[in-house]
Amino acid sequence: MPKITYIEHSGKEHVIDAPAGQTVMEAAVKHAVPGIDADCGGACACATCHVYVDDAWLAKTGEASSMEQSMLDFANDVADNSRLSCQIKVSDALDGLVVRLPKSQH
Amino acid sequence: MLAQARACFKARLRMTDIGSKHALRMANQINRIVIIGAGQAGGEAAVRLRQGGFSGDITLIGEEPALPYQRPPLSKKYLAGEMDLERLLLRPASVYADENIAVLIPLRAVWIDRANKRVRLEGGRELAYDALILATGARPRKLTLVGADLPGAHLFRTTADADAMRPSFLAGAKLAVIGAGYIGLEVAAMARQKGLEVTVLEAAARPLARVTSPEISGFFLDEHTAQGVRFVLGGQPAFIKGKERVTGVGLADGGEISADLVIAGIGVNPETTLAQQCGLRIDNGVAADGSCRTSDPSVFAIGDCAARPMAHYQSRMSRLESVHNAIEGAKLAVAALLDQPAPTVEAPWFWSDQYDLKLQIAGLFQGYDRMVLRGVMADRAFAAFYYREGKLIAVDAVNRPGEFLGAKMLIQSGRTLAPDLIADTSRPMKELVAAAT
Repeated sequence: MPKITYIEHSGKEHVIDAPAGQTVMEAAVKHAVPGIDADCGGACACATCHVYVDDAWLAKTGEASSMEQSMLDFANDVADNSRLSCQIKVSDALDGLVVRLPKSQH
Repeated sequence: MLAQARACFKARLRMTDIGSKHALRMANQINRIVIIGAGQAGGEAAVRLRQGGFSGDITLIGEEPALPYQRPPLSKKYLAGEMDLERLLLRPASVYADENIAVLIPLRAVWIDRANKRVRLEGGRELAYDALILATGARPRKLTLVGADLPGAHLFRTTADADAMRPSFLAGAKLAVIGAGYIGLEVAAMARQKGLEVTVLEAAARPLARVTSPEISGFFLDEHTAQGVRFVLGGQPAFIKGKERVTGVGLADGGEISADLVIAGIGVNPETTLAQQCGLRIDNGVAADGSCRTSDPSVFAIGDCAARPMAHYQSRMSRLESVHNAIEGAKLAVAALLDQPAPTVEAPWFWSDQYDLKLQIAGLFQGYDRMVLRGVMADRAFAAFYYREGKLIAVDAVNRPGEFLGAKMLIQSGRTLAPDLIADTSRPMKELVAAAT
């Protein structure tokens, strides 16, 4: 099963076994990783699952859709490597993915 | 993580010992928290109590057999069979076990004794509480019609409802939807995508009449019509036709809609039976204050069953039926119970997915006196901004997430945007929001 590392803003790391097919958001929420709120449950409706994708993985996670990009425009502390984790699907190619969490989702 | 949080909480307690005596008293008195209702609000409250450092007993009681789950996908991916129960659950069973949250499902609470702070469960067992959270949700309004109990006639609220209708939810089947609110239209959209023949019956003159403006209603009417949905507007159902199972819906004007499957989405009533029985104040739901505390200081009410003052709307009492409200109610009640700083109160927000249309709503549109469109409906990406006395109060955004989030931020912070600026699509929403006052 692909492993994903979530690093909280405080620096605390969570390494999660994430089944392929789930999203990076779902894997975090189901393991109660703090710092990903995902209020809408993955409907791309709320922008509270914002993460920073580690630079080494940017090519593999792909680019944000225009819908996602419009949401990110209004998230807190957005950077070039910002994504909504509900829009990144876990696959074997993402085994080892590292994402960092922002200070706050709201 | 949890051990650390508990350690922090203990440290905080030691500090409060020297500081606020009140905080210590509050925290000391509350050792047992009972939550009635294991929907999203109840489940969030339970988990957030632990995340907030509460180390006492948490008991979560729910009458449905499933752990807390997401309701929005029920009328979408879950009904379509594209999402299973495991994925629907907000958290897996292991989280409740790890966090030491006792989940009693399926089990009904039948009596609240506020004087002695006890809850009686069906079967007679009683639970003592120091604080009680009511998260009893709402029940779908029933069709009070002859034939409404025939097989093939359904209400829509739970996984059981979706599971019961799914075997009939097949290409070629004839579906009659009663009620053109969000749930009715979401079901209609999913049914068309699955190849069912769909007729929507609505008593009002337009779909979504209670929840949006005539312009947005018109847009969704046109979209559904173009997708092949037939509408009977201003029509009243008189009876559900059928012998062994549903064959149609008889109309008050003598007409008939032929149907293999009838799904009614005609609104919900807050579940306030227990609250009424124990004498809590009711005001279109269990009446609560800004921290979700009811007329009894030991009892909180959150989620669909509760009405609370709306921070961004002159504190008018409203009962919201939404994911945002479920989560926010849980956060507010938990903060009050643990004597922690209250979370930011968001502008109310909602969403509805139909076909490839993502409708996102921020704010409460009731009482608007002006509507301004940003973008054009023909592009299927536009937003309707609602104003009252010159102040932005709500937005309906269709495939325009930036407008939704931008407007939500403005409403939340009490800022507004001049209506003539809104219509100018040459300036990006982000820029407009930054310049708003």
